[in-house]
Amino acid sequence: MEALKTVSGVVAPLDRANVDTDAIIPKQFLKSIKRSGFGPNLFDEWRYLDHGEPGMDNSKRPLNPDFVLNDPRYRDARILLARDNFGCGSSREHAPWALRDYGFRVIIAPSFADIFFNNSFKNGLLPIVLEEEKVDDLFSRALGAEALILNVDLAAQTISGESVEMRFEIDPFRKHCLLEGLDDIGLTLQHVADIRTYEARRRREAPWLFE
Amino acid sequence: MAKTLYDKLWESHVVREDDDGTALLYIDRQLVHEVTSPQAFEGLRLAGREPWRVKANLATPDHNVPTTARGGVESISDPVSRLQVETLDRNCRDFGIPEFTMDDIRQGIVHVVGPEQGATLPGMTVVCGDSHTSTHGAFGALAFGIGTSEVEHVLATQCLIQKKSKSMLIRVDGKVGPGVTAKDIVLAIIGEIGTAGGTGHVIEFGGEAIRDLSMEGRMTVCNMTIEAGARAGIIGVDDKTIDYVRGRPFAPRAEQWNQAVAAWRTLHSDEGAMFDRVVTIDAATIAPQVTWGTSPEMVAPIDAQVPDPAAENDPVRAESMVRALIYMGLTPGTPLSEIVVDKVFIGSCTNSRIEDLRAAAAIVRGRQVAANVKQALVVPGSGLVKIQAEKEGLDAIFHEAGFEWREPGCSMCLAMNADRLEAGERCASTSNRNFEGRQGQGGRTHLVSPVMAAAAAVSGHFTDARTL
Repeated sequence: MEALKTVSGVVAPLDRANVDTDAIIPKQFLKSIKRSGFGPNLFDEWRYLDHGEPGMDNSKRPLNPDFVLNDPRYRDARILLARDNFGCGSSREHAPWALRDYGFRVIIAPSFADIFFNNSFKNGLLPIVLEEEKVDDLFSRALGAEALILNVDLAAQTISGESVEMRFEIDPFRKHCLLEGLDDIGLTLQHVADIRTYEARRRREAPWLFE
Repeated sequence: MAKTLYDKLWESHVVREDDDGTALLYIDRQLVHEVTSPQAFEGLRLAGREPWRVKANLATPDHNVPTTARGGVESISDPVSRLQVETLDRNCRDFGIPEFTMDDIRQGIVHVVGPEQGATLPGMTVVCGDSHTSTHGAFGALAFGIGTSEVEHVLATQCLIQKKSKSMLIRVDGKVGPGVTAKDIVLAIIGEIGTAGGTGHVIEFGGEAIRDLSMEGRMTVCNMTIEAGARAGIIGVDDKTIDYVRGRPFAPRAEQWNQAVAAWRTLHSDEGAMFDRVVTIDAATIAPQVTWGTSPEMVAPIDAQVPDPAAENDPVRAESMVRALIYMGLTPGTPLSEIVVDKVFIGSCTNSRIEDLRAAAAIVRGRQVAANVKQALVVPGSGLVKIQAEKEGLDAIFHEAGFEWREPGCSMCLAMNADRLEAGERCASTSNRNFEGRQGQGGRTHLVSPVMAAAAAVSGHFTDARTL
């Protein structure tokens, strides 16, 4: 996994609660057997005016001028600002893959859905939980005439920018993995002996689980 | 100290735990389908890893399969869908993972197949790259959906890195009235606590109304726990659980059966166990439910009207309601029973089991699908559910009424195959999500129980099934 230490970039404000993973990447794009190439179809139904299908030339499709990512202010955004319960619904990891492929490295919201939150960390995408008032403050700045540029420093757990100075909390284990770009499977396989010991005990207690 | 069911399930699966609470949790069963697994198998191959314990996995294609008359994988006409199912078949063959392929009578929706086969057992940890894995919690199993990276992690190590969630008890006290189903109970719960109400928690469902449910009803309730944002939903083991599991192909036999049953009898929360949060609901207040918006929490009883965003105090919620009503093409104040439907879908991992089909057929029998309903689909949850229904003559009842009787799969719940809504079409659906575009771009989904979907089909609009 690609490590994440600091991210600087434009903040795109997506002012909706309960953004679900069907909206982040619609089902027709889930037929791919790859991990990459989902970026052009991120938020497909909101971003384009026509119906998207895999294999289309997305550069020729009509854009929805009212959608935030099509606003010139937010071009090349790397930080997504969102509302409560971002990433709810389906467990599809295609959602963080699409956000990452588009160029996002950080998502800030008052709360995230559980599976999406987990999936993000596995893909070098940092979901930051901030209090509602701080998110409101960032929304009002990001919606201004000038794009809001923020710097996120994972090691220091800070978000900074012009007259913005905020601290965020993060689980220490997840922080460590993201800073170092550690592969979870590799970490777990350091404990092979523990897994074998557990299995041997469990096999005695509940043999039917190993039939 | 008195323990919750969740405490017991968690503790019996911890392989090791760090001081900060990060634990390695052992996974007993992984269910696999075609959409969220190809990249996981690819990851294994690239790293030169083998599955830790192949027999702990069970695979079947479900999301992409056509539900019209079909043969094997070669009968999928969409080449992109076909490649995904072929990839699952090849991965299972290459790694030795048991799979019910498209031409196997046992194929179906993973969350119907697992319990049906006895591959889901009480006391297990069960995972799948699908959020509705929460279904299996009905058996007193800790079951939750994971992403593809975690599918690969389980394949490679039989474990997951987890932290313990908080615990919530939702107690549904008393008895529901006649004609009120498991689906109405869970929709009413989501309406009460909201789609993020369970975030960070494992929810245990208890109370008389939950105990009164059959195992299939309990699966419907646990299935939609994810729609309340919870990590998992669980229900304690009782005689119904054990009777359901007995004799199923993957269930233990002979002496091991007795040993297993003795262990399973302990799978309930102890008297006096403490929960981080307790919610109580009076079952008698629950009426048949219909969603009116684009989130499962946007739900109301059938005798209510479409709500008015102007009456909502929270500005973010009011804005969501306005957006939802525009998308759904609805006006505040309209009685739900006056909303006319274009299509009806009876199926999905929430409501495609035999009892669901029996309940819907009992409403449909001797009636006709209303003239304004363009399509009414029944999609059984598995090949075995379909055969059982046909033995009972349910297919004939649906056919005679004007329903289409299909082959098993996820179908119009998420519209990855050809079954979908066109823009602007309104559907009474027994599935689990009414998100924008879920059943097809621009499609309008109303979530209901199987009897309410059947009642909408024969009436042409939503109607209280209890009055038919």
